[in-house]
Amino acid sequence: MDKHYLNYLDELESEAIYALREVAAQFTNPVIMFSGGKDSILLTYLAEKAFYPAKVPFPLLHVDTGHNFPETIQFRDDLIKSLGAKLIVGSVQDSIDEGRVQEEKGKFATRNSLQITTLLDAIENNKIDCAIGGGRRDEEKARAKERFFSHRDDFGQWDPKNQRAELWNIFNGKHFEGEHFRAFPISNWTEMDVWNYIARENISIPSLYFAHDRDVIRRNDSWIPDSEYLIKNESEAVVRKKIRFRTLGDITITGGIESEADTLEKIVEEVSAMRSTERGNRSDDKRSETAMEDRKKQGYF
Amino acid sequence: METDNNQLLRFTTAGSVDDGKSTLIGRLLYDSKSIFEDQLDAIKTRSQIKGEHEVDLAMFTDGLKDEREQGITIDVAYRYFTTPKRKFIIADTPGHIQYTRNMVTGASTANAALLLIDARHGVLEQTRRHSYIASLLQIPHVIVCINKMDLVDYSEARFDEIIQEYKSIASKMMIKDVRFIPISALNGDNVVTRSKNMDWYQDAPLLHTLETLHIGSDINKIDARFPVQTVIRPQSKEFIDYRGYAGRIQSGRFKVQDEVLVMPSGFTSKIKSIDKGKESINEAFAPMSVSITLEDDIDVSRGNMIVRKNNVPKKTQEINAMICWLGNEAYQPRTKFLIQHTSNEQTAMIKDIVYKIDIETLNRLTDDNNIQMNDIARITIKTAGPLMIDEFNNNRQTGSFILVNPNTNETVAAGMCI
Repeated sequence: MDKHYLNYLDELESEAIYALREVAAQFTNPVIMFSGGKDSILLTYLAEKAFYPAKVPFPLLHVDTGHNFPETIQFRDDLIKSLGAKLIVGSVQDSIDEGRVQEEKGKFATRNSLQITTLLDAIENNKIDCAIGGGRRDEEKARAKERFFSHRDDFGQWDPKNQRAELWNIFNGKHFEGEHFRAFPISNWTEMDVWNYIARENISIPSLYFAHDRDVIRRNDSWIPDSEYLIKNESEAVVRKKIRFRTLGDITITGGIESEADTLEKIVEEVSAMRSTERGNRSDDKRSETAMEDRKKQGYF
Repeated sequence: METDNNQLLRFTTAGSVDDGKSTLIGRLLYDSKSIFEDQLDAIKTRSQIKGEHEVDLAMFTDGLKDEREQGITIDVAYRYFTTPKRKFIIADTPGHIQYTRNMVTGASTANAALLLIDARHGVLEQTRRHSYIASLLQIPHVIVCINKMDLVDYSEARFDEIIQEYKSIASKMMIKDVRFIPISALNGDNVVTRSKNMDWYQDAPLLHTLETLHIGSDINKIDARFPVQTVIRPQSKEFIDYRGYAGRIQSGRFKVQDEVLVMPSGFTSKIKSIDKGKESINEAFAPMSVSITLEDDIDVSRGNMIVRKNNVPKKTQEINAMICWLGNEAYQPRTKFLIQHTSNEQTAMIKDIVYKIDIETLNRLTDDNNIQMNDIARITIKTAGPLMIDEFNNNRQTGSFILVNPNTNETVAAGMCI
């Protein structure tokens, strides 16, 4: 038996490292878009591997909605410290204060789509020519059409019908002044692959991903965490549940699932038995059939 | 984990509009239980809105708004599914003419191509075009799925007839491994499970075929090629002398202490270490991403290629190649392009258009120099600096390149070295 082939996790790892190195070589001022979620943590881990023993050559860009899980911010700060990397924060609150965007109103108000302006401002102000994201093609139907190197015009917009052809593994990152790219090194990973890899490499992730007791309300078939930012109805009673989060976003819209999985092994087991997608608990995607596509065209992650 | 020895198989799908490609993919995803409940619910709702009683499997692969409105696929969409034997990546590419460049994109990384033929219509112009692209891009395996067998009464005679038709067009092409499977994507015959309606067909259904295709030989394992992407030079005191050449092995393998040659400079050295993150390994092979350090302090940078001393690619500034034109605008003579070949980038010009291929007849047109989108031509390119190339037929990685128009930054052509 010829042992000179890679199993799929090693092949995905190699592909991602290749893409990260292409970004470092082809762009002058790239950043990693860091949300504190597992995909951006994985990305940062892969970047460490790609450039070791040198430091990760990208600053981390965090678009801060102001509606964070405190655990996420703690995790972010610890990671920055251990990497010795630079952190750039784009603040949605600042964008609101400066009058660049207006807060949504009502019970279902979120700062999710407000992030687009903050992100694009941060890209422009910091002269970023490539923003590396942890987007995966299996996440959502608009993301299924992304390239590894995805071109944005000088308004930060994505034109899905007119994307550059991407052949073999030759990435064309050529762009004019003012335009930028999004790069997606883990395009080909699925949620299962991410968890299998995190477990295999024993990558540290925020405690929010593990089962824990939390005050929550029931909304849209999800357990939404109670927080100072949440606007509740009288009928929405706060209860204490053992839950964990499958994805992490803005605290007002990230729903948890009831779970007993408190180790990486148990999470892998749980995810492989899941019958719904991880974004099923994200109310930002439930707004309409094309919610993600519409936001992506404008410049969303 | 039991997934440890699982390989990754990438395949692309091609067929004419309405051949049932999306339905087939929907069927593979659905029957392999790769569709989640919330996705299924969303599609049930949409099927009901459209007044359909059955769940429309094709909807699983619909993505963008325009596609849903027009009921067609516009761009390459990637789908994923896993069975206990393998992980699969599907590049779902559109069938109609104006989007051929997307098929080329999907085909470029594929181990296998699924080619759909409507059993009622047999081999069409599109079939010929797609097969030709599959052979041009050297997809190692082609699986011809003769679909809608339910609409020809599951006729073995019709199946055989189409095989003959297909073989007569394929005989002019270079397809290494071709198989035929009679299916009905709509009803699931021979997709995941064996058809009860075609007991005359003795071979494996589609999924089993995909799970067992031998893909170990799809990568060139002989010719060691390591294009340098970037140089790793840590600033820390601990690694002050570290100089690692970072890249992905495109073919073959390298061992510590191998005598190597750096191209194009011609300097020789020995491999001191092969590093993968914090781990040092003794041997690395394609397609691993590693960092290589050398015994001697020589000048190596992005665009250089590390190879074994006794097995070298061709170093040249004149390339004979087949190209597929991808640009929206036709080729303008005397344009200065950028050629991207592995990590190497040079200014290039098309020196000669030897012939164009008539995709209908596969004849060579020697007096037509007008190259437009979707055209396939044999050309000669001159480059300002040397490239280290192999023949595409021997090495898909080091035999391929793209042309970029510096005025628009668009990728305008895909090229395969002869």
